[in-house]
Amino acid sequence: MSTEPTEVHAEHGEHEGMTRKRILRVFLILLGITCIEFIIALAIVPSHPDFAHTWANPIYIVLTLAKAFYIVAFFMHLKFEKPSLIYSIIVPILFIIGLILVLTNESHHWITLRM
Amino acid sequence: MSTAAVSQIDEVKTTPWSGGRSPFNVEYGKMMMWFFLLSDAFTFSSLLIAYGSLRFSAYAWPEASLVFQSVPGLIEHGAPLVFVGMMTFILILSSVTMVLAVEAGHRNARKEVVWWMIATVIGGFMFLGCQALEWAHLHGEGFWWASIPSNPEKLKEFFDPTLHLSYAAQVSSAHQFANLFFTITGFHGFHVFTGVIINIIITVNVLLGTYEKRGSYLMIEKVGLYWHFVDLVWVFVFTFFYLV
Repeated sequence: MSTEPTEVHAEHGEHEGMTRKRILRVFLILLGITCIEFIIALAIVPSHPDFAHTWANPIYIVLTLAKAFYIVAFFMHLKFEKPSLIYSIIVPILFIIGLILVLTNESHHWITLRM
Repeated sequence: MSTAAVSQIDEVKTTPWSGGRSPFNVEYGKMMMWFFLLSDAFTFSSLLIAYGSLRFSAYAWPEASLVFQSVPGLIEHGAPLVFVGMMTFILILSSVTMVLAVEAGHRNARKEVVWWMIATVIGGFMFLGCQALEWAHLHGEGFWWASIPSNPEKLKEFFDPTLHLSYAAQVSSAHQFANLFFTITGFHGFHVFTGVIINIIITVNVLLGTYEKRGSYLMIEKVGLYWHFVDLVWVFVFTFFYLV
């Protein structure tokens, strides 16, 4: 029992790890994306109402998903795990897309009920 | 004679999916942490999707730039996103110190692990403090679970004035906003709080030399996964409550 974790650690050493340089790079990317979101929200949206109603939200969502990718792939190290583990985490997440589709559809129905 | 022909069925299997070794090549606890986080991701997405569908079906919604425009204690009005931007920065930074703790753990550098874990705990407390101020500020404005500003003139201030909404429409969506905001940020804040407590326990264990004796700092990775997940959820909460 006492030797088991040591083995795990040795096994883990084979993985490609997060060096300090890479950690810094991912941090700067996350910071950069957040700054872009702020620039859109504070500088572009208030003076461009058309942009606010069309492109602003899709851009926010894409940027959010990009941040999520960097956190999960690098900070949570998922990119360097075995493909079988990656798929067992990512594939179930796709069910969420189903719920989004069902409930956005439903909420369009609710708004017609209210009118 | 005895070494000859082992029948095929008795051969020791070595490939990952036939029982030879762990197919995921991760330790049991770490794998279970991943599956727990998957279930937690479903919980948070259900909450956020419920929020999205209620907001879609409302005539109008309290404007984020009008509701969240103060830095508690410093600026009362006209500073949208500044305070929450600070909170986001703190949480990302504490995620970075957590990865640095994991990285130090890989090198078995106990002292460095302790310092980075302490930095992570401080980041967590700072975030919780900011959230407490944010909640207190909104509560001061009159928002709470099932509670909105009672003065119609005050309530009007949180909506886009060009829309000319009826008072009833404002009351209904302000109620939904208040309930969803406090429930979702509350549930996230509860996760942050739990994460801070777990981080403190782990830091104490590192100080006691538990993982040095064990020969592996894998436990830091496991709590690290939880902590990054909390950061991940905040990324979504931030987008959908403060930006969209």
